Amino acid sequence: MSDKKEALFSKKNRKLLIDPLNDNNPVTTQVLGICSALAITVQLKPAIVMAISVLVVMSVANVVVSLMRNLIPSRIRIIVQLVVIAALVILVDQVLKAFVYDVSKELSVFVGLIITNCIIMGRLEAFALGNRPWKSFLDGLGNAFGYGWILIAVAFFRELLGAGTLFGYPVLEKMGLYEMGYENNGMMILPPMALITVGIIIWIQRMKNRDLIES
Amino acid sequence: MDVNKNSYTFGFATIMVVLVATLLSAAAISLKPFQDKNIESEKKQNILSTVGIEVSREDAATAYEKNIVNTYVLNNKGEEVEGDAFTVDLGVELKKSADQQLLPVFESQQDGEKIYILPMRGKGLWGPIWGFVALKEDMSTISGAVFDHKSETPGLGAEISLGWFQEPFVGKTIFEGTELVSIKVVKGGAEEDDMHAVDGISGGTITADGVTDMLAERFGQYLPFFNKKMSEMIELPTDSLVLDSTMAFNLNTIQ
Repeated sequence: MSDKKEALFSKKNRKLLIDPLNDNNPVTTQVLGICSALAITVQLKPAIVMAISVLVVMSVANVVVSLMRNLIPSRIRIIVQLVVIAALVILVDQVLKAFVYDVSKELSVFVGLIITNCIIMGRLEAFALGNRPWKSFLDGLGNAFGYGWILIAVAFFRELLGAGTLFGYPVLEKMGLYEMGYENNGMMILPPMALITVGIIIWIQRMKNRDLIES
Repeated sequence: MDVNKNSYTFGFATIMVVLVATLLSAAAISLKPFQDKNIESEKKQNILSTVGIEVSREDAATAYEKNIVNTYVLNNKGEEVEGDAFTVDLGVELKKSADQQLLPVFESQQDGEKIYILPMRGKGLWGPIWGFVALKEDMSTISGAVFDHKSETPGLGAEISLGWFQEPFVGKTIFEGTELVSIKVVKGGAEEDDMHAVDGISGGTITADGVTDMLAERFGQYLPFFNKKMSEMIELPTDSLVLDSTMAFNLNTIQ
């Protein structure tokens, strides 16, 4: 180790973790991972399960690729990244199916969606291939959180306005809103409204930070 | 070492593929017995839940032994044929022609009444859907239904596996007079007094239509069996397979 030892949570490392939450958010700024953000934000619970799954896969894949970064031939690096992600996801899925069957049922279709999530491959390509494992791990965590909070925020509004529930609990009914003539907005359940909700988040974010607006 | 040499690239790819393949197949093979056990227990759980028995996955096997009193396999003429009802794979059966298919029946006894549980399988939007429907002795009234799916969208089509979708099936009837009408899943909601329809799923119409088609198709296969059981109920000689239509009409009006 020739370079000077850096503190585990130095300012630079903290930045890796925090930047993707807002100004460099993978969903709202880089507009990646939109496909899964549309598909699974109808309800809060699957959105959270998906966020956690991506968190695990992204941080582990980042570390694995970072450890191999000097061994990977650059011409087949994308294939190698894909193999690492797919192998991890399938392995996790198999273990879940055997020992925590309920969680695996909850994940069901997400497993495929995790493999195709371009944020994961994007981070492997852009970061893990050129950085040390610890930094790559932080970068994976940060981006997963950035992706996760958008997912959960969108799911919150879609479930609340579309079905009147949160985690399946009928919040609006308990508040007595239906008796006052309120009705659920069925359109919130459909995929286009996820895109519009993400759009509103992007709008608010750029209103607050004008540097993000492209000229 | 030059990692960009052709020979290195080939070597790296080969080793990687072999390693990953070994790892994954080892995991798949060693975990298979656990996974199969889960799937089997879940099937037992599903069968039991159609007759109102909710058990944990661990207790499913014992509860199944206790509550499922009889199982048999039918052909599409309603005759009993050889086979183990539990291990019949409908995914395989559905690919056969109608007269070759094996139709499993599970019998349970609840409160002195016989209940017939029929397995279902059909197509959803993205993949197979399946389930179990329990019929009372009259072969028309549904006493319970469970559905499940392989890859329907969570929050939309996947809602068929939830209680709010399944519960309205209870008490509905699949016969109108002597005619098999099955149960329809109606987009936009079923009429409250419609005995043959339940509410659909917003955003999950194709999956819901899949349920409608699955029920109609499967019940159709069991029709000779239904007719046979109905004629037994009104004490006709059991060898008459075809039910006299006026008798069946009487049977339905008596109830």
